[in-house]
Amino acid sequence: MTMKRRALLAAGAGAGLLTACGSDTGRGGGGGAGPALSHWYHQYGEAGAEQAVKRYAAAYREADVSVQWRPGNYDQQTAAALLTDAGPDVFEGGPTLDQIQGGQVVDLTGLLDGVKDDFDPAVLAPKTYDGRIWGVPQAVDTQLLYYRKSLLEDAGVQPPATLDELVDAARELTDGKVKGLFLGNDGGAGALGGTPLYAAGLELVTDGGEVGFDDPAAARTLGRLRRLYADGSLLLGAPTDWSDPSAFLQGLTAMQWSGLWALPRVQKELGDDFGVLPFPRDGASGRPAVPVGAYGAAVSARGAHKEAAKAYVKWLWVERTDYQQDFALSYGFHIPARRSLAEKADELRTGAAADAVRFTADHGHAQPLLWTPTVQTLYQDALSRIIKDGAHPERELRTVVRKVSSELDRAKRTS
Amino acid sequence: MTGAAGTVRRRTVWFWVFVGPFALGLALFTYVPLLWSLALSFFDARNTVTPTDFVGLDNYVHVLGDDAFTDSLWTFLVFTAFIVPATYVLSLALALMVNRVRWARAFFRSVFFLPVACSYVVAALIWKMSLFNGVRFGLANTVLGWFGADPVAWLSTTDPPWYWLVIVTLRLWLQAGFYMILFLAGLQRIDPVLYEAAAVDGARPGRQVLRHITLPQLRATSVAVVLLLVVNAFQAFDEFYNLLSDARGYPPYARPPLVYLYYTALGQGQNLGVGSAGAVVLALVVAVVTVGQARWFRLGAKEARA
Repeated sequence: MTMKRRALLAAGAGAGLLTACGSDTGRGGGGGAGPALSHWYHQYGEAGAEQAVKRYAAAYREADVSVQWRPGNYDQQTAAALLTDAGPDVFEGGPTLDQIQGGQVVDLTGLLDGVKDDFDPAVLAPKTYDGRIWGVPQAVDTQLLYYRKSLLEDAGVQPPATLDELVDAARELTDGKVKGLFLGNDGGAGALGGTPLYAAGLELVTDGGEVGFDDPAAARTLGRLRRLYADGSLLLGAPTDWSDPSAFLQGLTAMQWSGLWALPRVQKELGDDFGVLPFPRDGASGRPAVPVGAYGAAVSARGAHKEAAKAYVKWLWVERTDYQQDFALSYGFHIPARRSLAEKADELRTGAAADAVRFTADHGHAQPLLWTPTVQTLYQDALSRIIKDGAHPERELRTVVRKVSSELDRAKRTS
Repeated sequence: MTGAAGTVRRRTVWFWVFVGPFALGLALFTYVPLLWSLALSFFDARNTVTPTDFVGLDNYVHVLGDDAFTDSLWTFLVFTAFIVPATYVLSLALALMVNRVRWARAFFRSVFFLPVACSYVVAALIWKMSLFNGVRFGLANTVLGWFGADPVAWLSTTDPPWYWLVIVTLRLWLQAGFYMILFLAGLQRIDPVLYEAAAVDGARPGRQVLRHITLPQLRATSVAVVLLLVVNAFQAFDEFYNLLSDARGYPPYARPPLVYLYYTALGQGQNLGVGSAGAVVLALVVAVVTVGQARWFRLGAKEARA
């Protein structure tokens, strides 16, 4: 009896050890000698992307790089992992202001010597803090308004050039079966974020680090978004959210706000029967706007081989332009972060893709680094209350401006 | 080895062999984090669990002055006000019915108990995607369509707040079976003599018997059920998060305390100081409510008498 119990204990301990060793590191078959580095990516939905980044890592000779492909709430996972020694050496991420100020990521300024001007300045700006660069932009993403040409023609509606025209068009296009516009199941607060403010000629944070929308025009613009909701022109509660073009493709809506990543699928299913627009301008000083953003490759300050990690990032995201091109355009659909590459790409020269590239160049706005998650939640909550509850835009914005400016002061002080 | 002292020593050894790992686990995974979190609540702890910047009560001032946090406590209150009476009545009704059927009792008991085995996440996805999606082919909207009504965007509409219907029915479906089992156990412990005596005394079966025999006899079970329901309502997270969150965050309504804390402390923000302060406040509220309930039900007094 005792014997058996002991055997059981041993077996239990053995199983524990096995589980501990059995974690899948995704090591790429011993590509390089040198130190072992782990490189985290969030899960891209595009077929082949995972194999591609593993192929790049295996081709690196100076270090043994293992790629982790992480599904789920990626930003939360990295934020938590960076607090421990088990975190990644290299990861794609903002990096966020807290991570930079907390000394969790390494200064990468030197990696871009000589090629800095080739990176799209709109996406490099949010990687820059105190004049130093903390992440190398990987590929540019943007969001656009997709519209169904045939449905607009049937309703006698022109593609909207102003926010008022968008409100009218969405109302005209709505009938029993089809809604006019899909901005996401939350009514647009999350997907649009600061874009309507840029379209009103304002900004989230000024260059001096002050609130950039303390202006009556902000309330007027956000009030027009309420109009869309109140008119019943918005598609709500669709099985997929705004980031997926399914609602648009299934004919549940005539127009949809979605990402550039959706373009290949829309093109494949609708052929020529669609067009893309930036978010339309609003008010006298308004101009069209699209959000741009890019994951940056960052190096964790807790890693054991920081210099090796920096050398690897420089190799992959600065030197290997062939891989950068392949990563941006062979699987999903992103604009290369290097302008010299974006100009060369044939896929970006014609049709809707060319429009999208033009929008990002002319009207692209990246979320400022000072726009922290706390501030974003404050603003998004207010926007949601304006849109859904019909809360008074001026009153909501007054509170937001007050809270945001104290949070911005705190963020600037910490540095 | 066969002496009394040996037996005692061996017993002590075995006591620690069996209890030790659990005591250690309890200390390591419950008490250490608890005290650590208490300490964090007095520091400016962003993206770190070993902060150095002592801020006194600033985090408490911040969290209590944050409308989103106070709103989350209201959300909890409203949710409790819906879910506790609804689950109580439904599970008691199910138990009374299942207790009365003469045939296939095991079958009915299993059927009503089965949803308990379903995960909150899976159920939330079914509720969100197929039963209560906002387009015309969702189940609820199909039913509305038969009566010629327009589709409702159940989770996106704040006026009227239809999202409560989705949240409450989901939890009701998942947990009613479990409390039904508790009530069944309670019902089976009632002495049939009492019913016979009541019948002899001329009590009418139905309401009168329920009110004067069944409910008083179920008092202990009822107290346990209500306590458990309130504590579970406090811990609500899964269904709220899975029904209402999206890639960009969480809407400003129906945000219970744990969802608020999740986004403050464990989201991209990683503001562990404010998050811990919120957790401490929440723990105090739970403690006060639980003690208050126990007093109200005279839980301790009854035990002392028995």
